[in-house]
Amino acid sequence: MNGEPKGKLALYWAASCGGCEIAVLAINERILDVDALFDIVFWPVAVDAKVHDVEKMADGSIDVCLFNGGIRTSEQEYMARLLRKKSKVLVAFGSCAHEGCIPGLANSTSRRRIFETVYHETPSTENTDHVEPQPSTAVPEGTLHLPVFYDTLRTLDQTVKVDYYLPGCPPEADRIWDAITAIVENNLPPPGSVIGAETTVCQECPRKRNEKKVKKFYRTWEIIPDEETCLLEQGLLCCGIATRAGCGARCPQVGSPCIGCYGPNEGIHDHGARMMAALASTIDSNDPEEIDRIIRDGIPDPVGSFYRFGLAASHLRRKKEAMIET
Amino acid sequence: MSENGFKPRIVAFLCNWCSYTASDLAGTSRVKYSPRVRMIRVMCSGRVDPSFVLKAFALGADGVLIAGCHPGDCHYIEQNYKTMRRHAMLRYFLEQMGIQPERLRLVWASAAEGQYLAESIDQFVADVQKLGPLRWSGVWEDPWRREDAFDEIAAEHAEAMEVQA
Amino acid sequence: MITSDETLRIGVYVCHCGSNIAGTVDVEALTKFAEGLPHVALARHYKYMCSDPGQELVKRDIVEFGLNRIVVAACSPNLHEATFRRAAEDAGLNRFLVQIANIREQVAWVTEDRQEALEKAESHLGAAVRRVARHVPLQRQFVRIVPRAMVVGGGIAGIQAALTLAEAGREVILVEREPSIGGHMAMFDKTFPTLDCAACILTPKMTAVKLHPNIKLLTYSTVESVEGSVGNFRIKVKRKPRYIDESLCVGCMQCIDGCAFTRAKFPNAFDQGLGLRKPVWIPFPQAVPPVPVVDPEVCLQIARGKCKQGCVEACGERNAFRFDQQERIEEYEVGAVVVATGFHAFDPSVISYYGYGKYPNVYTSLEVERLLNAGGPTSGKLVLRDGSTPKRVGIIHCVGSRDANYHAYCSRVCCMYALKLAHLVREKTEAEVYNCYIDIRAAGKGFEEFYNRVQNEGVQFVRGKVADITPAAGQGTSAEGGLVMKVDDTLLGSIREINVDMVILAVALEPQADANQVRRTFGISCSAEGFFLEKHPKLAPVNTANDGVLVAGACQGAKDIPDTVAQADAAAAKALALIDAGQIELEPNTAWIEEDICSGCKTCINLCPYQAIRADEERKIAVVDPALCKGCGTCVAACPSGAARQHLFGDEQISEELEGLMNYV
Repeated sequence: MNGEPKGKLALYWAASCGGCEIAVLAINERILDVDALFDIVFWPVAVDAKVHDVEKMADGSIDVCLFNGGIRTSEQEYMARLLRKKSKVLVAFGSCAHEGCIPGLANSTSRRRIFETVYHETPSTENTDHVEPQPSTAVPEGTLHLPVFYDTLRTLDQTVKVDYYLPGCPPEADRIWDAITAIVENNLPPPGSVIGAETTVCQECPRKRNEKKVKKFYRTWEIIPDEETCLLEQGLLCCGIATRAGCGARCPQVGSPCIGCYGPNEGIHDHGARMMAALASTIDSNDPEEIDRIIRDGIPDPVGSFYRFGLAASHLRRKKEAMIET
Repeated sequence: MSENGFKPRIVAFLCNWCSYTASDLAGTSRVKYSPRVRMIRVMCSGRVDPSFVLKAFALGADGVLIAGCHPGDCHYIEQNYKTMRRHAMLRYFLEQMGIQPERLRLVWASAAEGQYLAESIDQFVADVQKLGPLRWSGVWEDPWRREDAFDEIAAEHAEAMEVQA
Repeated sequence: MITSDETLRIGVYVCHCGSNIAGTVDVEALTKFAEGLPHVALARHYKYMCSDPGQELVKRDIVEFGLNRIVVAACSPNLHEATFRRAAEDAGLNRFLVQIANIREQVAWVTEDRQEALEKAESHLGAAVRRVARHVPLQRQFVRIVPRAMVVGGGIAGIQAALTLAEAGREVILVEREPSIGGHMAMFDKTFPTLDCAACILTPKMTAVKLHPNIKLLTYSTVESVEGSVGNFRIKVKRKPRYIDESLCVGCMQCIDGCAFTRAKFPNAFDQGLGLRKPVWIPFPQAVPPVPVVDPEVCLQIARGKCKQGCVEACGERNAFRFDQQERIEEYEVGAVVVATGFHAFDPSVISYYGYGKYPNVYTSLEVERLLNAGGPTSGKLVLRDGSTPKRVGIIHCVGSRDANYHAYCSRVCCMYALKLAHLVREKTEAEVYNCYIDIRAAGKGFEEFYNRVQNEGVQFVRGKVADITPAAGQGTSAEGGLVMKVDDTLLGSIREINVDMVILAVALEPQADANQVRRTFGISCSAEGFFLEKHPKLAPVNTANDGVLVAGACQGAKDIPDTVAQADAAAAKALALIDAGQIELEPNTAWIEEDICSGCKTCINLCPYQAIRADEERKIAVVDPALCKGCGTCVAACPSGAARQHLFGDEQISEELEGLMNYV
């Protein structure tokens, strides 16, 4: 970017909660530095530029696009492909784009079930006509189109090529700033890398670690952990051992087990598999029945516990369910 | 849901000291067993990372077999107990993911049990045959004609562009 | 160094193994398939890859075509991986850039359908090609071997092994649980078939152990724990207190005379409880070391703290008594271990119809050995419980052996020792002897001849299993006197009832009661019946699954003295070959920690049974000691951060292999 007066920056929001948009602002006054360095050419939540404006841009004319959210609808897929084409550097920003996050956890159910829940079953829903969104609806004026809601959420890199990843739900402000600095200073790791730490949360966790031997797993409401010892050693399902550092071990520091929002560590594909491998290995029993009991009594929801953020990016990607729908 | 002509694809992880040697013995003894099993040698069943199992399913395996030394007889003293624990965890997880846990099998076969290993493989292949194909990669192929949906929206946008232009 | 994909040049060699592979697998089609795989520079097939010309082919190609990875599709890597690694190394290629695809044991020999065989071979070969592309060169690592051996068990096997090693000039530590070495052989009177007096041939060897400058003898001691691995074992030995300082005692035994107990009143286990001993005692007169031991349970001084200490007085100025002696742990470093912990004689009281423990004149063979032994409780006189001499003696073979209810195996020595006992009983008492047998197994040098001799001496042989032993009529149930053996004489074809006044049960040899614990301590395996498992029944009969731990004698399976001695020498020779090598190559497939990635979570620390991983508290990371790591990879599979890596069995290698397997089906 040297020599050029200002770079061009785009931000987009696909299947995510919007927290990542707020997280960008959490860099506080440094946002002014961003503004000084970049022209924000597209940011639907904050800037009045339309999709058509992007469509009209020359390919590769956006220097950096921070894309948050997974891909659940045809519109999101269209936007992902469009922004990929128009951007030199595409960053999967935050857990949803990176590994699916909570929207990706819906891969443990189906589009049908999601619609049932959202449009029919929730107590606050009144839908006596059983209306559901339809991809196309005929009206006197012609046909109205809604994006198609896919059965499986895909991560950004399962949809288009991604240059960098910024993990976290949401990414910590300082890590965002680190990434922006790296981009501006052209000090980026090799393409395809995660911009962030290369170790796990334990590195940043002040709790004392001794021996990992677990006879019983507890849920957070079942015990009050002591303040100094490793939470996992106390039987809590702390995902810090397998989760990329960068958050400063915020949760375990205050007695709440890490839920894994920063995703797997460098070079690891399947976050939950790492947790399962490590945790199962530390179970203090050689008796198959007791082992089963320890696992099943202590971990009522393995997918939710180990793949809260990474299901869509995992080897299996989703739960197998009858998806037949007409 | 069994299909005619379904030839299961099965990956077996064999520990070097007991079960791989058992497979060698089965060979030396010319014991015939199902050719549907592809073998990977690891030094210990304790090396079998749950990721390998999940990856095998994702790549199209219909079943995964892990074979190690009998409990108490591990060449590495007690590492097969870790395999036992991970196996229990994996089965539980597979259940929740909608994969029949019977598609993952743990077999203890000593170096002397070539015949037994062969029989266990045949049994497993037969059981997987009954379960039918898994075809896991098809699971995330959306039935929503993703490509069509995308083309539609792209066309719509292109049209809008023309109107504007 | 990691070779980038562009520079990969993989050579693939498909072996026919004569017709062993080529008879089932279409080797030409397989070679053609290999040619189409990524990075394969050339693919050939050849009749015998392991032959010299086969290896030359590989070597020439490496040089001529600049191959930098080799895949050989042939027999199991357990057979020829080392061969091809060496060939690659000879041609200047790092030996670890070789991968074997097993298409003989796992394909050709086990598959009937040729098409299926080809597909499976393609899958295995494709996987090997994908895998080898991810191999990186490794340095071979060596560690020094401690030039010292430990022998565990001081029976004839342990004595023989220790002497052989000591005579070769190596330091030996001999550990024996009992107060004296000698084992079961020291209990016997004569040995079959030559009828040598057991003591006459064993005692000189025991003394030689005592006197040998290279042997450190630790009696009344047990192995507590074994750490480390081949070449460098660290073994903790528990020394039980004798309450007598071994270095001061001269073995005069005057303390036993001086003991406050004027009469012996406690059963001597060495005499199978048939003889009695005092609180200060020695198992048998020729015991080595000739140092008594004090039984703390019954010694008045130790148990009650009050005694006039006639023993101490008798010891006089030698002043060897140490009533305050404590159990202590000593640690020894050795390069190799010979486990020779022997057998346990089957306890026949569980076979209720033989009445052992119920009828006083039913004896085990070991009890009779003690009665016949001149140093035994009756000074060698064979008498019944009431002191009278038996006139009719029944000897029952296969007690606990060849019996599905107890041990299915044949104990191998019972026939011969039962014949020996028959001979000795007749010689000493002129009693009528009835040997009831299933089959006589006399397969050994001089055995059949001995059987003939005993037959000619007038011993009665009854072919049949004894079904029941009952008191003779008019004897009541206590049967102080006569017994009746009911036996189905299969040669006569009728049930016989034989009146005898003594029954000898030829009991089985079984694994020691604590064999399972011992095998865990030494990291070795057991066969189904509980005897220690050799590495290979034919080709590695004294090695075990744990390198550097060797087995000898009846702990590996029932056997007689000549076989035991031969095996003990074999184990000693193996131990010698090992420690004389001076150094040993470490497993190449050790684990290591990528230090930047490790967060010090300590998940791995507990998972290693060899204590090869420790936590570096200062740097907050885990550290693997490659000399201790045996390369199982369990920590690698468990590491949540992905910091634990493994040479040759890394995630990238196994994953590629898996992709290869699944891609080329």
